[in-house]
Amino acid sequence: MGLLGKLKAALRSIFGKKHVRIGIYGPPNAGKTTLANRIARDWSGDVVGSVSEIPHETRRAQKKDNVVIKNGDSSLTIDIIDTPGIATKVDFHEFMEHGLSEEDSRRRAKEATEGVIEAIRWLDNVDGVILLMDSTKNPFTQVNVTIIGNLEARDLPVLIAANKIDLDGSTPATIKSAFPQHDVVPISALTGYNIEMLYEVMVKLFGKARRK
Amino acid sequence: MTEIKVNLISHQKLESMTVDEKIDFILEEVKHGEVLVLERGLTPEEQSKLIEKTMKEIKPDKFIGIEIEGYREDGKVTWLQKVLGKIRPPRMTVIGPADKLKTIHRDDNIIKTIILGR
Repeated sequence: MGLLGKLKAALRSIFGKKHVRIGIYGPPNAGKTTLANRIARDWSGDVVGSVSEIPHETRRAQKKDNVVIKNGDSSLTIDIIDTPGIATKVDFHEFMEHGLSEEDSRRRAKEATEGVIEAIRWLDNVDGVILLMDSTKNPFTQVNVTIIGNLEARDLPVLIAANKIDLDGSTPATIKSAFPQHDVVPISALTGYNIEMLYEVMVKLFGKARRK
Repeated sequence: MTEIKVNLISHQKLESMTVDEKIDFILEEVKHGEVLVLERGLTPEEQSKLIEKTMKEIKPDKFIGIEIEGYREDGKVTWLQKVLGKIRPPRMTVIGPADKLKTIHRDDNIIKTIILGR
């Protein structure tokens, strides 16, 4: 460890570890809960919520507190907020196409709209964001642009995770070229591929964030 | 022949409104089936407010939400400009009802949409 590293470690031992609240954001079905579960399982042996192929499976924000992520000599304590997917439209017919009854689909649609509102409101209460994008899809969407714009306006650190790189047709390079001003880490939340790189960048980037 | 109506909204019209007035104006138009092209779009905060309000207005058999596409704001704001409250001006944006306006392609320079006639 260099002199600077020793100094940082000494300061950490005096002032304690950094503790930040990190929101996992993205459109529906990007893999937010899969990632939240992966992080929680890797560092605390627990899970955050259930996952499904049906969009808007997460309709209330789910929280996992005090997850300690380590990277070499550095560590970061985070509260993970797994947020509902943000969308500009919710059509109950889409859920019926996944085999849900009309009644269940209508209820799910109503809950999904409430989830979107909750996710947006959480933006005021996070210290940083992991924005998850499906790397098999076009990243130039208004939802992505709106989330990033809000984070930039709030001066919050954002880490883009280009998810689903285990799938055919995945092009994380497109995400990198679409958002060159931000850190982009290609991962598979499902298989854990490149997840160590994500942790490394998380500790580095969010370690600078200040808790509200 | 199906007529397709598109309303081009000048930036002066929107700039004379408060944020809430702006959101209400857009949403009322879109709920009535109108497709709007805003000369200057909405700031990120206004966009998130529009999404929030849209979610409250969704009625399963009548209004399923909006389609919105706009170009990202130009350039970067310096630290000093941020302190002075200066923001990057929003750019051209198209907004319409989700069951009528569909985006078929979007990248940094081109937004292609189709409007479904009824």
